[in-house]
Amino acid sequence: MSANRYDVIVIGAGHNGLVTASYLAKAGQKVLVLEAGEQMGGAAQTREFAKGYRTSAVAHILHALHPKVIADLGLEGHGLRATQHRIGTSAMLPGGGRLDITDDKAATQASINRFSPADALAWHPRMERLVRLAGALGSFLMKTPPSPSPAANDFQTKLALGMFAVQLRLMGKKDMLELSRILTINVADLANDFFESDVIKGMLGLEATLGVYLGPRSPNTVFNLLYRLASLSQKHGQGGFYLPQGGMGAVVDALAKAATSAGVTIRTQAPVDHILIEKDAAVGVVLANGEECRAPVVASSADPQRTLLHLVQPGNLDTEFLRRMRHLRMNGCVAKVHLALDALPDVFRQAQGRMVVAPSTNYVEHAFDCAKYGRVSDNPALEIVIPTLTDPSLAPSGKHVASILCQYAPYKLRETTQDEARSQVLERTLNVLEQIAPGVRNQVAASEVLTPHDLEATFNLSGGQWHQGEVTLDQVFFLRPAASFQQYRMPLPGLWLCGAGAHPGGNVSGAAGANAAREILKDLKKTASKGAA
Amino acid sequence: MTHVQHLKPFLKKTPFHEPMEAMMHGAGWIRWQGYYSPAYFDSTQSEYMAARNGATVYDVSPLIKYAIRGKDAAKFANYLVTRDLTKVAPMNVAYTAWCDDDGRMIEEGTLFRLGPNDFLLNAALHQLHWLNESAYGFSVEIEEISEQLAGLSLQGPNSRVILEVLGVQGIGKLPHFGIMETTVDGHWLRIDRAGFTGDLGYEVWVKPQDAIWLWETLFRIGDPYKIAPMGGHALEMTRVEAGFILVDVDYIGAHHAIRPTQRVSPIEAGIGWAVALKKDAYFVGKRALQKEKAEGSSRFILSGIEIEGRKPAPGAFLYADEKGTKELGLTTSAMWSPLLKKNIAFAQIPIAYTKPGTEMWIEIWYPKEKKIERSMVKCWARNRMFFDPPRKKEVV
Repeated sequence: MSANRYDVIVIGAGHNGLVTASYLAKAGQKVLVLEAGEQMGGAAQTREFAKGYRTSAVAHILHALHPKVIADLGLEGHGLRATQHRIGTSAMLPGGGRLDITDDKAATQASINRFSPADALAWHPRMERLVRLAGALGSFLMKTPPSPSPAANDFQTKLALGMFAVQLRLMGKKDMLELSRILTINVADLANDFFESDVIKGMLGLEATLGVYLGPRSPNTVFNLLYRLASLSQKHGQGGFYLPQGGMGAVVDALAKAATSAGVTIRTQAPVDHILIEKDAAVGVVLANGEECRAPVVASSADPQRTLLHLVQPGNLDTEFLRRMRHLRMNGCVAKVHLALDALPDVFRQAQGRMVVAPSTNYVEHAFDCAKYGRVSDNPALEIVIPTLTDPSLAPSGKHVASILCQYAPYKLRETTQDEARSQVLERTLNVLEQIAPGVRNQVAASEVLTPHDLEATFNLSGGQWHQGEVTLDQVFFLRPAASFQQYRMPLPGLWLCGAGAHPGGNVSGAAGANAAREILKDLKKTASKGAA
Repeated sequence: MTHVQHLKPFLKKTPFHEPMEAMMHGAGWIRWQGYYSPAYFDSTQSEYMAARNGATVYDVSPLIKYAIRGKDAAKFANYLVTRDLTKVAPMNVAYTAWCDDDGRMIEEGTLFRLGPNDFLLNAALHQLHWLNESAYGFSVEIEEISEQLAGLSLQGPNSRVILEVLGVQGIGKLPHFGIMETTVDGHWLRIDRAGFTGDLGYEVWVKPQDAIWLWETLFRIGDPYKIAPMGGHALEMTRVEAGFILVDVDYIGAHHAIRPTQRVSPIEAGIGWAVALKKDAYFVGKRALQKEKAEGSSRFILSGIEIEGRKPAPGAFLYADEKGTKELGLTTSAMWSPLLKKNIAFAQIPIAYTKPGTEMWIEIWYPKEKKIERSMVKCWARNRMFFDPPRKKEVV
């Protein structure tokens, strides 16, 4: 039995689970990571979707992996090349034409100038300001959110909150007022305030709604935009979009190496059936094969619904808390489309590494209208990357892979079966692609579609939600996953949440995992000193 | 209590309405959960005396009843309520509280365990939403069966003999809080030995179509034993003597509270004995109640007090001293007990004052000749069960 005793058990070898495990192991804990799948990585993995063709299975662009996590865990020493392939963004117009946003300010201005001279002048000052505002919010990514009851906050949390207030004040009156004004409004209004060309407005509309069940005219979408922009500053992320060499799985490989070298035991194909509870506290887990593993600390990087509604068996948590968990907004609405291409259309080769198809606010809003009524968008908005341009090893020589996010394909469907949804996603995505790259349909040698239901089944993401719960104002910060339970500690003693379902939420950032590890260590220290006294 | 005239078009009649209507001498109808319910038939005092000296019949059909059945029923019920149901055998009644996440009491009532996985919850307030919410993940069926059963509460020193004459075999052996099912003259009966008067008494349940038979038979054979119908006002007197608390009178049900601080824990409501903090399984609010117990953070305990003099003292303030400089708490229900010849009340007082005999002062405002006068008199903490005769639990 003693072989199955650990100090900490981490459920799930996604990037957050591995981050938590590594931090804890570095602090001297004996850590076991249990992964249900054959492969580590969760939503951050590279996998073969057709013979010889590989791609990042879910998340495909690296931009938010927190620099502190990279440094603390020495990920670069374990092979991480986070900032090898920087990519710009091209807004692709159906029927031809595109707008390029790159690091080259003059080129970007010139590109926008073709659509609107006013926008060309406005772009950099406006976006820099948004990034500045987002940066103020970003400073809380690696902090534990404060508890609404002041007494529950330790000195560090109070200090963080104080520093946050100071930072907001230091932005100056104008920026602070602007942040207050835009924080809760919708991105369509913001885009109208700032710009005049449809192409820019549409692009912002997609950036602000990617991964949430909201349209550009839904309230609070500016918050989502700021959340995304926060990771685009070098302080809180990579400072831009990058395609990881070897796909997102390479990031996880580095994390796994860091974890293993810190002494973490990782077991794959070891699905947890339920959390073992004795005397009203979590004391370990029971695997699907009946095997018991014990540890006084169980940290789950699975999403809050999976952890609290399924892994914790009924009868161990309070009624209202469980209702809150059931009602978390987790309606995944992004499908992943993978195409194996015999040849790459020139349009894709000439564009920047990240292409978006969202030609106007109305285009995205109409796409959302379909989702609102439980249908796959007739004309989906797309984010496309061609990972084989930077890493040819992902496909047979001369061939290419397109990795596409198709928005919206809602989890909650009406009058559409799963199979219908899957074929609609492929068909409608190809239709849109055909409009920007005529003939591309004939190059498709193989394809794979992962609808939110497929994502749920394959990666154990409840609702097929990429971020383990939509990142919206009511589900972030001290409200993530629920008020009073935001400090990674769940009401069941011994159980912690260390995945994206906890603050600060989604993206391949590792921040939730790092924050959870910090809180767990704090708690272990407290218990140890109490034991000594 | 609301006068029912304007509600008449909406109120429903229980299966006992016809015979009750025939005995209704005054304008005694009030509403109880959407049904006509008698506040009194003739006079509250005579009904009270009948309860204490003969036997009374009170229509408990409007109680809201939930059947909880299914594979996980035992597990679910034990998770829902504060009592440890592993210690309650089938065919027994458990008086219990159920709480919200914060360990604040939603309501208390009786839970019948009819089988290993077959329960019946009796509540004064609607609870279906809460039960369904709490049942998430359990394999249980919860059904409101309020109108599938009609019930009379037969209470008083003569209640047993009436059931014996009725022909209920083995009624003398039915223990306090026991349940039995039997057939009399071809009518199915469920009898549980519990009630709201604190005396020897039973609740008799029948199918609604047998209600008239039950009423008429009880009154026919009960006549020599001074059987009488009883209304809610007399019941109110007996339940205060018996020390039983009432939702939204002696405590605010957690879902009715306007301010969170109005909610009370079962410990504060004086039924801490019904909270099994040591039971193996978790129950809703357990962690919060364990914390309350460990920190000693109960704000008060609802206790019995006996008051000098005869002036009833509902809603009166209690003080540690005659000058009233240190306020201790407040009374909820209060009455002059004709049987005990005592002025009694329930009071929310700090735990340090709950030891029987502890002297306190109480400020009573009372009407006298069209004026409101104040009196500051002594009172003493008492066991809240002022009336607790040995026959209540006696088995013969």
